[in-house]
Formats: sequence, structure tokens, C-alpha cells
Amino acid sequence: MTIMTKLAGSCCTAAMFSLAATSVSAADLEFYFPVGVNAPAVETIQALTDEWAAQNPQHSVKAVYAGNYEETTTKALTAANAGQPPQVAVLLSIDLFTLVEEDVIVAISDIANTPEDQEWIDGFYDGFMKDAEFEGKTYAIPFQRSTPVYYYNKDAFRAAGLDPETPPKTWDEMIEMGKKLTIKDDNGNVTQWGTRIPTLGLGGAWLFGGLVVSKGDVLTTDTGIEARMDTPATKASLEFLLELSKQEVMAPGGISWGDTPKAFLEGQTASMWTSTGNLAFVEENATFDWGVGFLPGGDGPGAPIGGGNFYIFQDTTDEERAAALDFIKFMTSPANAAKWSIATGYVAPRPDAWETPEMKAYAERLPQALVALDQLQYAEREFATFQRAKVTQYLVDAIESVVTGNAEPAEALKAAQEGADGVLGDYQ
Amino acid sequence: MNKRLPFGLAMIMLVIPCLLLVAFTHYPALRALLNSFWNNASSRRPSKFVGVENYQTLLEDDRLVQVMLNSTFYALGTIPLAIGLAIGMALLVNAKLPGTSLMRLSFFMPTMLPMIAVANIWLFFYAPGIGLASQILGVFGLPPINFLGSTETSLISMMFVAVWKEAGLFMIFYLAALQAVPENLKDAARLEGAGPVRIFFNIVLPLLRPTTIFVAVNALINAFRLVDHVIVMTRGGPNNSSALLLYYVYEVTFSQRDFAYGATLTVLMVCLLGVLAAVQYWVLNRKAHYQ
Repeated sequence: MTIMTKLAGSCCTAAMFSLAATSVSAADLEFYFPVGVNAPAVETIQALTDEWAAQNPQHSVKAVYAGNYEETTTKALTAANAGQPPQVAVLLSIDLFTLVEEDVIVAISDIANTPEDQEWIDGFYDGFMKDAEFEGKTYAIPFQRSTPVYYYNKDAFRAAGLDPETPPKTWDEMIEMGKKLTIKDDNGNVTQWGTRIPTLGLGGAWLFGGLVVSKGDVLTTDTGIEARMDTPATKASLEFLLELSKQEVMAPGGISWGDTPKAFLEGQTASMWTSTGNLAFVEENATFDWGVGFLPGGDGPGAPIGGGNFYIFQDTTDEERAAALDFIKFMTSPANAAKWSIATGYVAPRPDAWETPEMKAYAERLPQALVALDQLQYAEREFATFQRAKVTQYLVDAIESVVTGNAEPAEALKAAQEGADGVLGDYQ
Repeated sequence: MNKRLPFGLAMIMLVIPCLLLVAFTHYPALRALLNSFWNNASSRRPSKFVGVENYQTLLEDDRLVQVMLNSTFYALGTIPLAIGLAIGMALLVNAKLPGTSLMRLSFFMPTMLPMIAVANIWLFFYAPGIGLASQILGVFGLPPINFLGSTETSLISMMFVAVWKEAGLFMIFYLAALQAVPENLKDAARLEGAGPVRIFFNIVLPLLRPTTIFVAVNALINAFRLVDHVIVMTRGGPNNSSALLLYYVYEVTFSQRDFAYGATLTVLMVCLLGVLAAVQYWVLNRKAHYQ
């Protein structure tokens, strides 16, 4: 009898509690995220999400791993068009124009409009905020941001008689040192290439942006309606890629993004260009002494910035937006940004994250992680325009046709420019 | 004689599948046709009727020319090869050699694996320098080939995967057909002094014809339908050298989000498949004699 009353009593209290919680502000969030690197990303995201849910029992959040970047964008847009958008998602920073054009996201600066919020937004690195803004509003919050760096095998450098502490800084040095790093067997087949710059697909186009930046130009501007594909800088960049193969520093033909870290770890190449997002993967699997440097540049250092930002979707209630904003603040808080950065190699997007003890210990243990941060000041936004997928395809086709020997740089770039202008003409 | 089905029930059983057909085949096809006459609208570009403008784009599309050539080459290359291989494998496992069931299993294995998994496995095989293919070449002192990274080899590499994946399935059909070939015909031929080669070409192969037509129809459908490996392995590259028609439709529609042009390409594909189906039925009706 007493047990029954107690039970009934506690049930009542529980009911009242949950009622009270509901009336405060309850939101059921759905959170789409992609994984684009070889790292235990899903586990880390899930752990952080669970932690937020535990701290905010009035809300619930479901983290949905939605594939690679492209698949996640497709899923989020399809869900939004069907009227069931995720409340919050991590999508490519360069999808901003697409998301604005499809009219599916809200400006975060419209929700986060108190002075404290403004201070929070100002706390991110400027380099990462450049491609989160459009027409004077902030649409996205940086989360898994990356930039490519030059990874090199110090043992291979020693074997070739090169100083393992000074990686190449310019294109000329890259060719000069690369020639020494290329090793052939008795049959004349190359067993170790000097370097490896992926040239195929979107990964290739991303790195190509870095080549162009180092020649003092950019591929796109912040208006989203201009693509600068046929310029002296793009031509020089393509010719440099061809020169690498011609001088037997890099394998001829197209080079895939996905095989690159593996080829580096297997000793097929003495150096590679790839995302900082692969730092954790390389650290875990490398059986040799390795280092990281700035991307060697044409006229000076230069790199593209890439990766994903948080977006909040339309068709959501005020409560959901508030909860989503709180969730984003939690995920990008110094401690959590540090956790995420250490687990993956992504560049923590806020200076205060780098001040946490965990991050300091990490930078001490893996000084390579600091290189990307230092390189940030020379980095420019990644290729982004309206109709990005369509416009980038022209650039991808131009690069691929040249590196596979099917076209000359000048004609390929001219054709790409014409194609891009045709698409973007509608917006001018 | 069975009891006659009540008229109402018969109608229900007719209407439900028809509804599915209408909802998932006819309506989308019709809708694609309608969409192909409109522009690709968005918040920044109002929706408007553009007539045949999308079809003009289609006629001037250089990528489409390449994609159509690729698809034709892909179909012409994979279908005969998969059929030939399937017949060979079926004969082998039908010959009652030792280890037949193990052979059957290993030939059929690729068919059971999902295409995405197959594509990822082959991605490792093809990786230049580190993959299995390169290592085999290395044993003979040959330089590694950049299978997926060069325009000359990427499509052939895709075709190889498709043949490897499909031949096992077709083998099953041929195996069933081979077991239905009457022994007495072969015995009679042997009495007349025919050798095994002659028996195969003059007796077995003609009796396999209905199976061949059935398999050819399926292979042709698959040649247009299966693009998972292209998405996983090359995304149509490099320089569109491995892009197939359905992959192009997918890319234009879902990556580039150009629904209008995607619809136009879909209309092209539906027409193309319609023509192919009509030709095949005509051949099927004339040539196939089922027992």
C-alpha cells in the first residue's frame, strides 16, 4: 500500500516535472552531419551531442550521420524541400550560396542578436567567417574547418640528403627537392615519387585554389557571381602541375584524393598535399618520422580554406531555433572545439579554444597541428558561387583534361571560363 | 475449374498494382516531361515557361555527347563479355568436376555483394602503386597503371567491375538452361560422331537462345541502371571519361540541382530505353521459341 502511494506520488512528481520542462521550451532537434576525413568523427560527434542532451533534458537531439559532404547537402536540401528540414546541420561552407538561393536557411545573426551573441560571433577567426557571411548577415558558424598543408616524410628527406627540418617553400624548391626524392627500381619503375598533389574531382579543385592564391589571385569573390578561371594565375598553376609530372616529381595522369594519405603512409610518395583533417589519421598510422609545412607557393604562401559550418534551417519554430543556437554554442565552446580538433585534426575555429589546457598539451605533443593555424593568414576562401556544383564542374573538367593530357592549359581554361560565365550570367 | 473471382475483388487486385505503376512510373515520367519545358526556378530566379530551350541546350551539350558515347561503348563492351563469361562458367560448373559447389559459390559471390561494397573493394585493387593490380604488374616488372586516373583506362576499369559483378548472376540462368538440355539429343549426336565442340555449337547453343535473349535484355537494362560503382569510384571522371547517362542525370539533378535540365535528360533516357525495349520485344517475338 505504502509502496503504491509512493510510486503514485513519484509518478505525479515526474509528470509535473516533465510538464514544467515542456512549458519552458522543449525542442526536438534533428542534426545532420557529414564525415569527410579518416578519423573517428562519428563517435566524437555522438559523444558531444549526448553531452548536450544530458545538460538540456528539456530538449532532445538526434545526430544523423548523412554520408560525405555532398550527400549530406543533398539530403538536407531534399528534406527541406519536402517540408521536414533538419533544424541544424553541418554542411560545406561553400554551400552558402546554394542554401541562400534555395531559401532554406535562416541568418544566424538574426537569431543571435544580443550584444553577448555578437561578441560570441566575433570570437571566431576572421578567415573562417569570410565565407559564412553574405549581404551583411552571418549565415553560418565555423565548426569543422580545414586547410591543406604539405605533409612530408622526414626519413625520406634524410635518405635523399635533404634537411628534414626545411620543407620546400616555393614551387621551384618543390621541383628541385622532388627530383632528389623520386626513387626508381632496376626496371626504371618509380617506387617513390617526390610529391603527390591530388588533381581529380572536387578535392583537386580545392587544392588548385591554393596554387592560384599563392600566385596572388583568387578563383571566386564574395559576391558569389564571379568566377576567375582564365587568368595568368590559373594558367601558371596548371603549368606547374604539368611541370611536376614532366620533371618526374609527381606521377603523370590524374591523382585521386582518396588514395593520397594511403600512398603517403605506404611510402609511395615522399610528400603529399592534403587536408589537416587527416592529421589524426597520419599520426596514428605513420611508421616513419613525418613533418608538416606550409603549401609551397608560386609567389608566396597561399592556401584555400575548406570544411563545414553549422547552419540553422527555416521551417522551424522559435524554440527550435533557440535550442539549435544553444547547441551550436555548446559544440563550438572552447573545450568542445578542442576535443573535436584533437580527435580529427580540424583547425579549432576560435582563438580561445587554442588557450585550453588540452589544446596546449596537444600542440606540444603534435606541433604539426600549429602549422595550419599559422598558415591561416595566407589562406583565402574556397571556390564558391551561386550554382556552385555546376560552375565548379567546369573548373574540374579543365584541370582533369589538362593533367590527363587531353587539352592544353590555355584552351581548357578558356572553355571553363565561358561555361562558368554562361551559368553566372543569369545572376549579374 | 477454379471458382470465379468476385468482380469487386478482381478490380481491387487490378487497381492496386496499377496505382503503384502510375504513382512511381507514369506520373514521374509525365512530370519529367512537363518540367523539361520550364526553367530551373529558385528564390532568385522566377519560374517561367521556356518551351524547347532545355532541348536546345541538350543538343549543344558537349558533355552529353561524351556521356552517350561512353554509355554506348559501355553497353556494347559489357553485355557480350558478361554473356560469354557466364556461358563459360556455367559449362564449367555443369561439367561435374571435383569442387563444383565451391566453384559455383565463388562465381556467384560477386553477385551477392552490394555494388557499393564491390566498388570500394575495386577501388583498393585499382589504387596505383599500392593496389593489388599494381602489385601484380610489379611482379612482372611492369610500371603501375593509373587505372582510374587516366582517360584511356577509367571507363574500361568500370566495365571490368560490371562484368565481374554480373557474370555470376547470368551464369545461374545458363546453368538452369544447360540442365534442361535433353541428354538424348547429345547422345544421338555423339552416336553420329560429333565432337564436344560441334555438340556445343550445333545443339547446346541454339537451345540456350531464349536464355540468351532474356539475359541480354537484363544486361542492357543493367548497363543503363547500374551506376553505383561510377559514383563511388570515379564520379564520372577524369574529364568525364567514365560518366554514364544515368550518372549524368543524377549529377545534374541532385548535385547541380538543375531539375529542369535533369528532367530533360530523363526524357531522353526514357525515350531511349523505350526504343530499346521495343526493338528487343520485336526480336524476342521473332527469334525466341520457348519449349
